Amino acid sequence: MVSEEIKNKYQLVIGLEVHSQLLTNSKMFASDASDYGRAPNTQVSVITLGHPGTLPKVNKKAIEFAIKMGLACNCEITRHNVFDRKNYFYPDLPKGFQITQDKGPICVGGTVPIKLEDGRTKEVLLNRIHLEEDAGKSIHLAGEPDTLVDFNRAGTPLIEIVSEPDLRSPEEAYAFLSEIKKLVKYLEICDGNMEEGSLRCDANVSVMLKGAKEYGKKVEVKNMNSFRNVFRAIEHEHIRIIELLEAGEEVISETRTFDAATGTTASMRTKEDLNDYRYFPEPDLSPVVISEEWLNSIKESMPDLPRELHQRFVEKYGLPEYDASFLTESKEMALWFNELCSKTKNYKSASNWMMGPIKSYLNEESVQIKDFPIGTDSLAELIALIDAGKVSFTVASQKIYPEMLKSSEENPIEIAQKLNLIQESDESSLMPIIEAVLAENSGKVAEFKSGKKGLMGMFMGQVMKKSQGKADPKVATKLLTKLLQK
Amino acid sequence: MRIDKTTIKKISHLARLEFDENSAEKMSRDMSQILDWVEQLNEINTDNIEPLTTMSSEVNDMREDVSGTHLNHEAALKNAPKRDAEYFRVPKVLE
Repeated sequence: MVSEEIKNKYQLVIGLEVHSQLLTNSKMFASDASDYGRAPNTQVSVITLGHPGTLPKVNKKAIEFAIKMGLACNCEITRHNVFDRKNYFYPDLPKGFQITQDKGPICVGGTVPIKLEDGRTKEVLLNRIHLEEDAGKSIHLAGEPDTLVDFNRAGTPLIEIVSEPDLRSPEEAYAFLSEIKKLVKYLEICDGNMEEGSLRCDANVSVMLKGAKEYGKKVEVKNMNSFRNVFRAIEHEHIRIIELLEAGEEVISETRTFDAATGTTASMRTKEDLNDYRYFPEPDLSPVVISEEWLNSIKESMPDLPRELHQRFVEKYGLPEYDASFLTESKEMALWFNELCSKTKNYKSASNWMMGPIKSYLNEESVQIKDFPIGTDSLAELIALIDAGKVSFTVASQKIYPEMLKSSEENPIEIAQKLNLIQESDESSLMPIIEAVLAENSGKVAEFKSGKKGLMGMFMGQVMKKSQGKADPKVATKLLTKLLQK
Repeated sequence: MRIDKTTIKKISHLARLEFDENSAEKMSRDMSQILDWVEQLNEINTDNIEPLTTMSSEVNDMREDVSGTHLNHEAALKNAPKRDAEYFRVPKVLE
């Protein structure tokens, strides 16, 4: 084991490559569908299978999706785009090359903001985002002499989001990946499902002495199919490389595969010097030129981004950072809240409802906000009932809210009236109750007047009891104080 | 430009081609000659000239994102050297 002291001598450096499958109806260069989970080799065409004489044709939507991601990350958008061939042999690559972008990625530079543990924001630098096609799927079954190949996935459009080696801990890598997932889901360009492989992540990990000017030799780790496993793989490599360095051994630049069962990595390729992809421009595709008009129309179609909504929630609605982060976690939640805020002015109360009762319901029922039975109109009415002093928050959340969940037909006022829950805030009807309570406790009244102010709570309790919990506490306190001062 | 045997070996590996000793020698000579011939292009000054990636001047030849016809499953597997009812089968690939 490496001691904390030794670990502290070194700086961990991480760069991530995130592949994100685009939610198009058809493939990158062919019209076969790109749905997940269909019977093997049914979503294929002669183009996908690389038959001789076939020609690719660019999917316009895929270009637009890539640009959207680029705009969301403040990248520079490349106006004149060409594609390149990356040549290698593997059974899941029918053409013998992958069409990708080598020299001229569609999005250059850019940043992705992540929240650090101490609450600060770090703008993680991106190197690029480029477009490419996915490969087919090889299935290696134990005891089976052959490898099985399914080409349904081949040709599915991907964007590869490449960060600079700008991440410094597994926590930062995790936060970066979460942010990418949130962005692609907000933009509705990818479903962000790591388990199904629509979001995939490779990590480039290196270690150097603190203060060193040059990065150490980097290792690329693949095959992590969850956020948690990306974290574990980086942690494992961190320690493994430090151990090598401490033992005076050489770190080999190589590709390693992560084994989730053991939490360790193993070398995948040793002949990396033969990994020569011989990129050259794809001659079968004409360049894609992005005009000012086209770019502007994509800009106009951009939805509100998490950081914009976050800012609005903090600045316009005056909410704490914590609330804004919670509310922007998913786009659906953020938009629902935004709609709610167009119907109530008590933004903090609205936020508390979201983070409290609504979140509990969604968790318990394992549903999304789109399936939440109460509409923004009804919730805004409920908040208004509390603000007007007609019901207390406790009554609202424990008596009225559960009824609203059961029936979306009745509005909160009807429920409150039906269940006889409207608070008594009318002074003339509360006065006789308070007078009766004081008359019944004349001894305590005398004690109160001689300085035992703590008895106020007891009087309130009696008033509440007599009014069957319907007395408005504010009005009751005011009247009690007035009568006791006489 | 002289293409030596090491380069021939590397290129043939990348292209998954095999040569015997004599053919490799001939290949090395041929490739050297081809490159010598192509190297005449170096005589032209190409400063400030954008690389040409396609012969056509056409741009933005794109498709709308509409899913179209698929190759029938049987037809897709028809030319496979080895297959089963669902998959293409290839010699076991070990990572």
